[in-house]
This record gives sequence, C-alpha cells and structure tokens, in this order.
Amino acid sequence: MSSLLITDGRVIDPSQDMDRVTNLLIENGKISAFDIAIEDASTNDSVTHINAGGKIVAPGLVDMHAYLGEPGGEDDETIHTGTRAALSGGFTSIACAPNTNPPIDTQGTVQFVKQQAVDANHCHVYPIACVSKNRRGEELSEMGTLVDAGAVAFSDACSPISNPELMRRALEYLLMFDKPLLSHPEVRELSDDGVMHEGLVSTTLALPGMPAEAEAVMTGRDILLAESTGGRIHLMHISTAGSIELIRRAKARGVRLTAEVSPQHFSLTDEALRSFDSNKKINPPLRGQMHLEACIAGLKDGTLDVIASDHQPQAVEKKMQELDRAPFGVIALETALSVVVTKLIRPGHLDWLTALEKMTIRPARVLGIPKGTLQIGVDADVTIIDPDANWTVEPDAFFSKSSNSPYLGETLFGRATTVIVSGIIKFERNS
Amino acid sequence: MHAPVMDNSIDTKNWARADLLGLEHLSADEITAILDAAQQLKERTGGCAEKIDLLQGTTVANLFFENSTRTRTSFSLAARRLGADVIDFSASGSSLSKGETFIDTAKNIEAMNVNTVVMRHRTPGTPQLLAQNIGCSVINAGDGAHEHPTQGLLDIMTIREHREKIEGLTVALVGDISHSRTARSNIWGLKKLGAHVIVCGPSTLVSRRWEELGVEVAYSLDAILPRCDVLNLLRIQFERQITRPFPSVREYALLYAMTGERMARAKEDILIMAPGPINRGTEVTPEVADGPHSVILHQVTNGLAIRMAVLYLTHEAAR
Repeated sequence: MSSLLITDGRVIDPSQDMDRVTNLLIENGKISAFDIAIEDASTNDSVTHINAGGKIVAPGLVDMHAYLGEPGGEDDETIHTGTRAALSGGFTSIACAPNTNPPIDTQGTVQFVKQQAVDANHCHVYPIACVSKNRRGEELSEMGTLVDAGAVAFSDACSPISNPELMRRALEYLLMFDKPLLSHPEVRELSDDGVMHEGLVSTTLALPGMPAEAEAVMTGRDILLAESTGGRIHLMHISTAGSIELIRRAKARGVRLTAEVSPQHFSLTDEALRSFDSNKKINPPLRGQMHLEACIAGLKDGTLDVIASDHQPQAVEKKMQELDRAPFGVIALETALSVVVTKLIRPGHLDWLTALEKMTIRPARVLGIPKGTLQIGVDADVTIIDPDANWTVEPDAFFSKSSNSPYLGETLFGRATTVIVSGIIKFERNS
Repeated sequence: MHAPVMDNSIDTKNWARADLLGLEHLSADEITAILDAAQQLKERTGGCAEKIDLLQGTTVANLFFENSTRTRTSFSLAARRLGADVIDFSASGSSLSKGETFIDTAKNIEAMNVNTVVMRHRTPGTPQLLAQNIGCSVINAGDGAHEHPTQGLLDIMTIREHREKIEGLTVALVGDISHSRTARSNIWGLKKLGAHVIVCGPSTLVSRRWEELGVEVAYSLDAILPRCDVLNLLRIQFERQITRPFPSVREYALLYAMTGERMARAKEDILIMAPGPINRGTEVTPEVADGPHSVILHQVTNGLAIRMAVLYLTHEAAR
C-alpha cells in the first residue's frame, strides 16, 4: 500500500481541536504523522503527494442517517449507488436506516447489508437495526443478536414508536449493550395524512398540515423516558422550535440525549411548497422561518449535536405523482456538505471547526464507532474540501440512483475534491 | 339561433395567460378582463342561450379525476356554446385505476390534439403540475380545497351584476372555510377588487391565519350579519373532513344556517349566494334559498358565461 502525503492544507480535526495549516502523512492505511516536511517523506519513492493548498483537510465525514434502498428498494437506491453518492458528498462512513423491505431486523439482513457494502468497496457502512420486529412497534427485535451481527444503533426509522411502554422497554433493554436508540419523534394522530408543515402556507394552499406540536409532544415523551430509564436516546431530524427548547432544557438538567438536524431544515422553509414540487415534501416537513432560525440557534449553542443528511432517495416515477400520493423524502448525501458551507459557514453562523464537529466526531461518538477523527493510528479516512468551489445542482449529475433533490437549479458553495478511505483515494473531483 | 360573429368581437386585452390555475396570482386587471369578457358573451348570446362560434374546430377535454356533475356540465355546455368539440374523461373505468399516473393520462389526451384541458382533481397543485408537463391550455375546475377559479369568478360576476362595484362591499363567506376551494378563490378575487372579506364559521373550520392576509375572521354569524352586503353560504364538505370538526349538524344549523329569522336582522338589500349543491336546512333554509334576496340561480347562468370567457381567453392567449 502506497503512502500519501497531503501538503499545505488547512487541517481541521474537531476531535483534537486542531485547525492549522500543516502536512499530513498516511502510511499503511493509517494516519501516521503531522508536520512532516516534503523532503523527509519523499525519500520513499512510493509516497503519493497531494497538494491541498487553499483547501481544508478534514476527517472523513460521518453520516448517521441515510436510507440506501437495499434490500427491497433497489429502484430508489442500492448500496453501491448510495455509497458512491456518499463519497461524492465527502462521507467516508454512513449508518444506514432499516426502513428497507424486509426491514433490517434479523442477523441475516444485517450481514447482507454489510456484505453489499464490502462488495461495493466505496465507504464504510454501519447498519442500524430495527427497534421492533418488522418496524411494527409491537414487540422488540432480537437486539442482542443484532448487535452481534454488527448493528451499531436501533431505530424504527420513519415509523415513530407510538407505544410508550415499548419505548421504555427498548431504552431499558439497550442499556445492556450500550447502543443508542434513534427516535423519529412524531405523534401520528396529529400529523396523519399531512403533506406539509401546518401554517399560513398550508392554509393558503389547502394542503393537509403537520403541526409542529406533532414533533414536540413526542420529543417531550422521549426525553422523559430517557431521563427515567437512563437509556441512550438520539432524536433524529429535529425541526421545530418547541422540540429544540425541550432538548435544551433537558440537557441543562443532565439528561443523556443527543439530537440531530438535517441540512434541509436549516436551509429551506414551507414557502418552498408553493411550487407544489414533491421534491420539497419531506418528513418532518420543511417548517416556517421561525423554526429554521431555531435550528440554527440550536446548532450554535450545541443543543443540536449532529448534522445528518436524512438521505431518502425516491425513484422519479414515485415523485411524479400528486403531492398527497408522492412519498416523503429527498436525496441529501451529495448536497449536505455544500448546504452546510453555504447556509451555515459562509453566513457566519458556525465556524468550520464547529460545523465539521457535527459531521465527524459527534455522530461517530453517538454511534460508538472509531471514526470522524485524524488521531494518529486510526484508519486514514480523510476528506479534502475546496471551500470556495461553487456548483449548480443538476438532476443528471448525481451519483445517487435518484434525483429527488430539493436544491435542483440552486448554486451551492464548498465541495469535496478528494476522499480517502482507509488510506486509499476513493473519489477525486477536478475543481 | 347563431349570434353574428364579428372580428375581435370579444375584448381580449389585459389577458395573456394560456392557463387559468387560480385567482391568487391574477391581477385585478386580469380578473376584470375575464368578468368583462363574460358579460359581453352573456349579452351576445341572449344570456348564454345561443351559440357563438368563437372556438369552432377546437377540442376541449374535461379531465375529471373527482366526481362532479354541475361544474362538468357547465364547462361542457360553455365549450359547445362556443362551437368547440368536447370530450369527457372521468377517472372511473379509466387507466388511472390500472396504475397510470395522471400526467401520463393527460399526455395521452393531449396527443389526441386537444386544445384545452379542463381539470378537476382531489389534490391541490395538480393543475400546476399538469401545466408544467403538457403544452395545451389548462383550466383548473377545482383542485382539492385549494382553488376553483371559475366558481370564484362567477360569484364575483353575480355580485357585480347586482351591485356594479365590488370595491367597498362587505362579503362574508360562511361555513367550512378549511375545506373549501370556493372560499379561497373568492378570497383572492374579492380582495383584489377591493372588497372587505369576512370568513365565518366554526373555529375548527376557520383558521385564524387568514387574518395575516387581511381577511376578517369571525365565529358568530349573528355578530357580523348586520354589516354584510353579501353572504356566500358554503356547503359543509363532509367528504373532505377527516375527523368531525363540530358536534352535530343540528348545532351547526343553529349557529350558521341562514334562516328567515336571521334575514330580518340583515341589510335590506343583502344578497344570498351559495355555490351549490346546497344542504337545505343545514346552510340555508328553503324560504331564504328560494326567497327574493337569493341569487343562487343567477350564479348558475353566470357560470356558463364565465366558463365561455375563460375557454375563449386562454385559447386566444395560447395561439
């Protein structure tokens, strides 16, 4: 295996609180040394030299919320196309959601996903397994054997665990394995048949609304159960001011919980639905401006720990339907980093160190995986980012099998140019 | 029976749209252009009773994905009055039940060289989606509870015939505002022409959010009644309600039905309108529906005039 020397890049590694221009040496697939002069490394002929001048050298990005289609949704995405999309977006590790068909609720399915990822040979894939059998919210899945097979976390994906008794049992049971439960907080009775956020826009368009309280009420329940059980709960794609305030208060009194937000929720609002474009239909829905601002405030003060893509590919024929029939979800792996740069870093809401922390070491710690860091000795997963690259989002340019992006036609800034997984260059983009 | 056709017999200035998707995005001038054209057509056809061959050789397709009798009949007759051929397509028994998307269905119909598609659908926004995907004119005949522009226009035309000016009038829309496309189209059209609009009904069916758009929100019909020049009594859309928004029809009628007793407390020249079909006894009692203040049947005739005007104007703009 050849060595890599990345020179003159601005190395930002939030896990070590590092932000300085330096050289980084990768040997035998591991992070080997910083501050190596070119002359010292070049004595060995097999060193490949990457000039990262003007670029950012970050730990490979970690996404803890992506749907990869397989098994059962191969018309939307496959593990091969989804992991290629991940690389293009700068991600070197992704945790994949279990809302597959069949769902990831047996050892066999976990092993299948892992094997498909090995065959694809793009990036690391960590399966998330179901909390309940068949994601029905009725009885617990065989969590112990799923952990043995390689599940890193448990979730019923977009199906909220409505029964509080089941949620409590799951949190208690998972204490034995120290694995997090990823919750989609939604009171279905409040939001069922909804198409978009309930507000002035939904009133005007006469589209059935999903009120903010549908999320906040369930967030409150989840917090109370996490508090009483001591279980590890992680709240997925939080989108409302009410939920964020509840999480903020819970953290202040020491409840062990983490929360994530998707790039869509801090960059777009329900105004986008005025076009009746089904590529703006997601769950939780795009909210009003006040909620968007609360998401940004939550990111700034640390209430929201993680930025996760919430990648939900949907085949074009599914989205080419009436808005109430079209499924929820947008692709996001290939735009997440650029949206963070364009909507958080460039306007000055977050600095690079804080933004990258929420896309590297924080999700890695929630999942308990040894990723998202450039510590010497770890697998060399590195993403080199051109912070000034600007590009226009085109439907034909995605590596994902689907093109249901809410950003089509928009110009975004910041893009991964070189993506290294375990010391091997897996993706390069000419800027 | 044919009225004489003159060159440029109908005024098309101020109108340049090939589609009519709703009233929200029209200007006051555009709304007035349709109202004026409808008035001219009504006068030249003996009250929409005679033919005027302005669209001879063209084809209008009624594409109704949701049941409708009167709107479809009105569009069919309006098209025939203009000399167009009409084809009717309804969702039942079609390929839609075989899994075809509605856009594919519409493209198939367009391929038969149709000039205008009149579309009704249960989902808001489908006419917009259709207009983006096919080349012919698209007229929205009702998309869910979103818009029903020709209904809004015929309501406004009826008011204008009786009051000449819309500006300064107080018009109350009474009943199920949440599920009413008629309400939304009326709100946009009336506000653009300068009316004061009140939405009145049970609090579970009338959102406070309308206030943000300059619409008065009221829960008591008795409180607003003395101020109203026009009452438009909307039908309770039982079929669109997911959970029942009020305890009983009896209670609704007690609070909101327009009765002879309430008429005694209204302005002397109040106009009573209803987009129909009406639930007699729920929204309005027979004595009021059939009484001297009722213009419900005028609305039906004006519906023909408005639809003739819209078919003609959109066709001219598309040429």
